[in-house]
Amino acid sequence: MANALDPHAAIVTTASGETDGTLTTADGKPLSRALARSQRRAKRRAFLLVLPLLAFILITFVVPIGQMLQRSFYNDGFSANMPQISQWFAENPRGTDPDEAAWTALANDLQVSAEARTIGVVGTRINYDVPGTRSLFTSTGRKVRRGIEPPYDQALLEMDEDWGSSTLWAAMRDASTPYTGNFYLASLDRTRADDGSIQQVEERQRVYVMLFMRTFWLSLLITGLTFLLGFPVAHLLATLPMRKSNLLMILVLLPFWTSLLVRTTSWMVLLQQQGVINDILVWLGVIGGSGRLQMIYNQTGTIIAMTHILLPFMILPLYSVMRTINPSYVRAARSLGATSWTAFRRIYFPQTLPGLGAGALLVFILAVGYYITPALVGGSSGQLISNMIAMHMTDTLNWSMAAALAALLLASVLILYWLYDRMVGIDNLKLG
Amino acid sequence: MKKTLILTTAIAGLASAAVAAEGEVNVVSWGGAYERSQVEAYNAPFTEQTGIKVNMIAADNPATPLKAQVEARNISGDVFDVEVSDAIRLCDEGALVEIDPAVLPAAPDGTPAEEDFLDGALLDCAVANIFWGTVIAFDETKFADNPPSTAADFFDLEAFPGKRGLPKNPKRTLYLALIADGVPADEIYDKLGSDEGVDQAFAKLDTIKDEVVWWEAGAQPVQLLADGEVTMATGYNGRFFDAMVAEGKPFKIIWDGQYMDLDMFVIPKDSPNPEAAMEYLKFATDTQRLADQAKYIAYGPARKSSAALVGMYQDGETEMAPHMPTNPDHMTSAVMDDPEFWADHDAELTERFNSWLAGS
Repeated sequence: MANALDPHAAIVTTASGETDGTLTTADGKPLSRALARSQRRAKRRAFLLVLPLLAFILITFVVPIGQMLQRSFYNDGFSANMPQISQWFAENPRGTDPDEAAWTALANDLQVSAEARTIGVVGTRINYDVPGTRSLFTSTGRKVRRGIEPPYDQALLEMDEDWGSSTLWAAMRDASTPYTGNFYLASLDRTRADDGSIQQVEERQRVYVMLFMRTFWLSLLITGLTFLLGFPVAHLLATLPMRKSNLLMILVLLPFWTSLLVRTTSWMVLLQQQGVINDILVWLGVIGGSGRLQMIYNQTGTIIAMTHILLPFMILPLYSVMRTINPSYVRAARSLGATSWTAFRRIYFPQTLPGLGAGALLVFILAVGYYITPALVGGSSGQLISNMIAMHMTDTLNWSMAAALAALLLASVLILYWLYDRMVGIDNLKLG
Repeated sequence: MKKTLILTTAIAGLASAAVAAEGEVNVVSWGGAYERSQVEAYNAPFTEQTGIKVNMIAADNPATPLKAQVEARNISGDVFDVEVSDAIRLCDEGALVEIDPAVLPAAPDGTPAEEDFLDGALLDCAVANIFWGTVIAFDETKFADNPPSTAADFFDLEAFPGKRGLPKNPKRTLYLALIADGVPADEIYDKLGSDEGVDQAFAKLDTIKDEVVWWEAGAQPVQLLADGEVTMATGYNGRFFDAMVAEGKPFKIIWDGQYMDLDMFVIPKDSPNPEAAMEYLKFATDTQRLADQAKYIAYGPARKSSAALVGMYQDGETEMAPHMPTNPDHMTSAVMDDPEFWADHDAELTERFNSWLAGS
């Protein structure tokens, strides 16, 4: 008995000969529809199989990261707790001097917020834009809780004359809507002037743009170094007999399996001024006891330690691609008269590109987000943007700023990925 | 967004919340040697006297789970041991129970708690248990003839050559530069509040910038000194004490210009065992308990009356009083942490500090 949903059955029936031009199954339905239905079923089953993974990724990865990134442009610390003054800002355009209604709204909001003990949240939000104002809110809150009498402008200015500052009012206006671009501006060393125009911050406060540049430059450099060091190793691994190459492979994998912290601290032992390498150099007489080299707690330390730690991520994809390269191509090239250099350049190397692309992308993306190694061995000149993100997450607790920096980092990596796709083609990527 | 957060945290918190029953108190502290000192000095005698079981929960920084629990409105801890800046911020945000100092036990001689606690140790919502200091330590073997003795010596590369270890943050570096530049301890925050004062601090730091090894984790300064990588470093006094007494390292501490922080007990609103939490807090911060803690770690009790009762280290031969950050001799030029100031200026000064670090 032929099953309508079985495509084989359908083909068997059509082969037995229908006459009107459209192919149908045994029970007379059009073949294309039967095929589509059976495919739908297969697709649904496949989807059900990946559903647990999809749900897992969605709940544990996409949603939390989305929530986190939302903080970079959404912060209702001020607007939710200071509704009246936020309303006044919405009704009066920028440049309006605060009138009696504004002062009354501000005083009322401060009173309510102080009673509800949310004044700390409000102060923290404004402090992001105008440093030094958090205590203005909390101390005024304490005074307002004891009572405040109209006229409110005088009363507040008496409590603290900073309430008259135009910078403060501009910052409150910016914060009166929960959506703000100020965290992105700050991440690019920009700030909003009192009139709302965007300007660079003072030179001594500029740090993020420089750190972004340094992060990308160092990541590129480290990617290049892992390529230079990893390529010959991968080639050796791929061409040696299995027994020897397995032994060497262990040497690559062993550090890969060792804890990151252990490897980082080992580099400290080796590289520091009273460390193993300096001791050997002094003992050999290459350098004097007073001329010990500074190889760690600076950019050099970051580069050396990160190159070593990320090396396996370059070697492994290269190795897996090199193993599949048929040696007879190079032999053929040589037999046709190519020098060994030409054979390498024109025959062997192009075939390793998928592995190289995968390795380079892996190393670069990992390096861009690296945190603990630069924190430990980077000193002052080896800090990366990730260290700033960590600082805003754990020390200053400015999660909006951390989210904005992280979003910019993510965006620039995606742009680089897109460029890579345009130039090399992501289909040419081979991880193994 | 808040709803999903509540949901996920609620699921995570379900297990721990279910455990809390009568006759229990959940205390969240920092783990490690510090937590052990609290278990020995507070928890064991507390359970013995009251029959209330103490569940000690370790966290990297107890303020982090506290914030998460407050945000999810599902509190599973009763007492949290937090830094003073977190205590003030969470109190301002309305997350903590206010504590009336009158309910705290008086000193043995009858001095009310309000007068017995050191300055800054009692806040609206928090009671301090210990003071800890960030201090300068040096390697005695490097300066055998002419040991350094002041914060100014830390910046004197001529008389005391060698590299210096400093923490990579503005909070514990700028004040030291100002102290070394002759600014009295009680004027530090006025100075740091002005541009000129900050310029002055950075100018002083500039004089040793090339010789500084910057550290981030508390274990690093001890390691740097032990390796001979630096000849002087600032670090946490408990860590240096451990290296000196437990490991016999030839370090010496300079108490001039120490930076004092405190750790405080707080109780969140809507905690599962509010009465037991209050009992625990009162018990743990009485005179004898605070003195007992010093037997296990070199951090100073927050009560004046405890100082006289501080005895020997647990090895039975090291007198603790000379190692206490709260020893009156060590307090003459001590700079107290000012959480209000740092809540206002931390981000701004950190940006400037990092910009300064990156410059040549």
